[in-house]
Amino acid sequence: METTPLRDLNATLQAQAEATNQTAWEIVNPKGSHAIAVGLDAEIEVTVKGSTGYYCGGMNKLATINVHGSVGPGVAENMMSGTVIIDGDASQYAGATGHGGTLIIKGNASSRCGISMKGIDIIVHGNVGHMSAFMAQSGNLVVCGDAGDALGDSIYEARLFVRGSVKSLGADCIEKEMRPEHVALLTDLLERGGCDAKPEEFKRYGSARQLYNFNIDNAY
Amino acid sequence: MKDDHTSAPRTVPIQSATFSNPVNAEIRRAAATGIYDIRGGGAKRKLPHFDDLLFLGASISRYPLEGYREACDTSVTLGTRYAKNPITLDIPITIAGMSFGALSGAAKEALGRGATLAGTSTTTGDGGMTPEERGHSKTLVYQYLPSRYGMNPDDLRRADAIEVVVGQGAKPGGGGMLLGQKITDRVANMRNLPKGIDQRSACRHPDWTGPDDLEIKILELREITGWRVPIYIKIGGARPYFDTTLAVKAGADVVVLDGMQGGTAATQDVFIEHVGMPTLACIREAVRALEDLGMHREVQLIVSGGIRTGADVAKCMALGADAVSIGTAALIALGDNDPKWEDEYQKLGTTAGAYDDWHEGNDPAGISTQNPELATRLDSVEGGRRLRNYLKVMALEAQTIARACGKNKLHNLEPEDLCALTMEAAAMAKVPLAGTDWWPGKPGTTF
Repeated sequence: METTPLRDLNATLQAQAEATNQTAWEIVNPKGSHAIAVGLDAEIEVTVKGSTGYYCGGMNKLATINVHGSVGPGVAENMMSGTVIIDGDASQYAGATGHGGTLIIKGNASSRCGISMKGIDIIVHGNVGHMSAFMAQSGNLVVCGDAGDALGDSIYEARLFVRGSVKSLGADCIEKEMRPEHVALLTDLLERGGCDAKPEEFKRYGSARQLYNFNIDNAY
Repeated sequence: MKDDHTSAPRTVPIQSATFSNPVNAEIRRAAATGIYDIRGGGAKRKLPHFDDLLFLGASISRYPLEGYREACDTSVTLGTRYAKNPITLDIPITIAGMSFGALSGAAKEALGRGATLAGTSTTTGDGGMTPEERGHSKTLVYQYLPSRYGMNPDDLRRADAIEVVVGQGAKPGGGGMLLGQKITDRVANMRNLPKGIDQRSACRHPDWTGPDDLEIKILELREITGWRVPIYIKIGGARPYFDTTLAVKAGADVVVLDGMQGGTAATQDVFIEHVGMPTLACIREAVRALEDLGMHREVQLIVSGGIRTGADVAKCMALGADAVSIGTAALIALGDNDPKWEDEYQKLGTTAGAYDDWHEGNDPAGISTQNPELATRLDSVEGGRRLRNYLKVMALEAQTIARACGKNKLHNLEPEDLCALTMEAAAMAKVPLAGTDWWPGKPGTTF
């Protein structure tokens, strides 16, 4: 990106047809730019050599995006499908509102990881910050490290798996039984995420479903 | 002498203005249920509004244009700042965002049909874009809301403009709630949530905070859509000068400003009636912000919240708006709150004209419902025709006034064409109190 404007970069990547022969793309000198590789819609593999700013891989469909560095806020926000892999850390709102696909963060994720997630799978090798999975609707969040305050506040049907400590649970989020189907699911997620952790080391959290229909006695 | 109490004059019972019957009824209702009142619509209290302004009309100093014959341009182009494809509308009256979920599919289709016939745009809402709506709307604005229900890049690219909703006049600072009664399989599927549960729409966006972040968010949206479509930012009428300034700073092509008379599908009554500012009080402050930035007319201003007539449209234009948006009025044009359903409104404990429990899904008019039987009561073709007629009448009314003021284009109306009937309206609109050359706060004067 030393020489290519952001618009040209994204326009080129977005123009790749689903059946393109040129499937491997490399972005060098990203210079922490925002909105790198957003709105992609083809089975291409994009490697970003360096750290990025906000919204890297936003609204991704089908593409695999590898970031050899850390990412700013909102990585893979509203992702529909495909895979985004971050070698380093992720700032706030990682995977926010994601509808599908897989987001793998090999470092730590900051606050509000998986906020309003709608079907995405997020696997974090390290820790996640406060208010992660806030209003999480569906999908899976795997945290191999610790979780900060108010995990899963106002959660709907998303499943949260945490190996380490949870500083506190948010409104209507409770620990739940780890049944065989959850172990099987988590085994698959850990494998896809390249984690060597064992499923039985994790606890599962989800919704108590007390806020599903408004009741003044359940208001916070 | 006999003491006869029955014949002595008695004190007439006086209802308290503070503890009025409606207030007392609400206290009893709250005491019985323990739940605050949730309703739809906008502020019902009496507020300074466009009725408090009058046009002066032409005289010796101004020449009027001839009735309905001489040309009076009503077109408006929105999104000229950055978008490759700005939107040009035949009339400056757009349809505001209302969700599929809050409204039936047929109602959304009717709005699209009516707007298209009248040469204007309609807008999605929380819950995403439906094929019916896209299919019947020549120009469709896609709302980008905090909940991101139904948000996807394909629909984003199918839109003719994107409206980033930061606030809403009925509830600036508040989110929304779609009660479980209206969450059918289709609505639940579009929102990725279980059927039948109350669906909370968040009050703030999940992945940006503040104007600097918003600027980057807009960059992302433009990159995804190839800088093709205009990006609107919708704000609730709270701090219009600062919010307009920040919206422009963040890169908006268009600012949509919604005053407290603007409706909602559902929120707390206390929010609707006690948070935000009247539409009239917001417009000049937003225009001042645009002028201070040298952006008036370059970033277009759409005003909403209580627009009912062509006179309201013309007054908004005169105060500096580029276009207006209607929601409640459009639903009434389709047939909502029609007295022909009075018996059924009575059964719901209300009356035609006052019905606002849109969130409960029992709308006798079949508009704000997901009940399939009720929804069949609205013929989307006929509804579209009615809406088109109403929009045309509003445009004709606005033209009539503009011509009487000597203007061959609606946008040439100006504050000098107006006077105010009350001190409050004069202060808010910054136009002279009728019969004077003064308004409260006029530069160089003292109160």
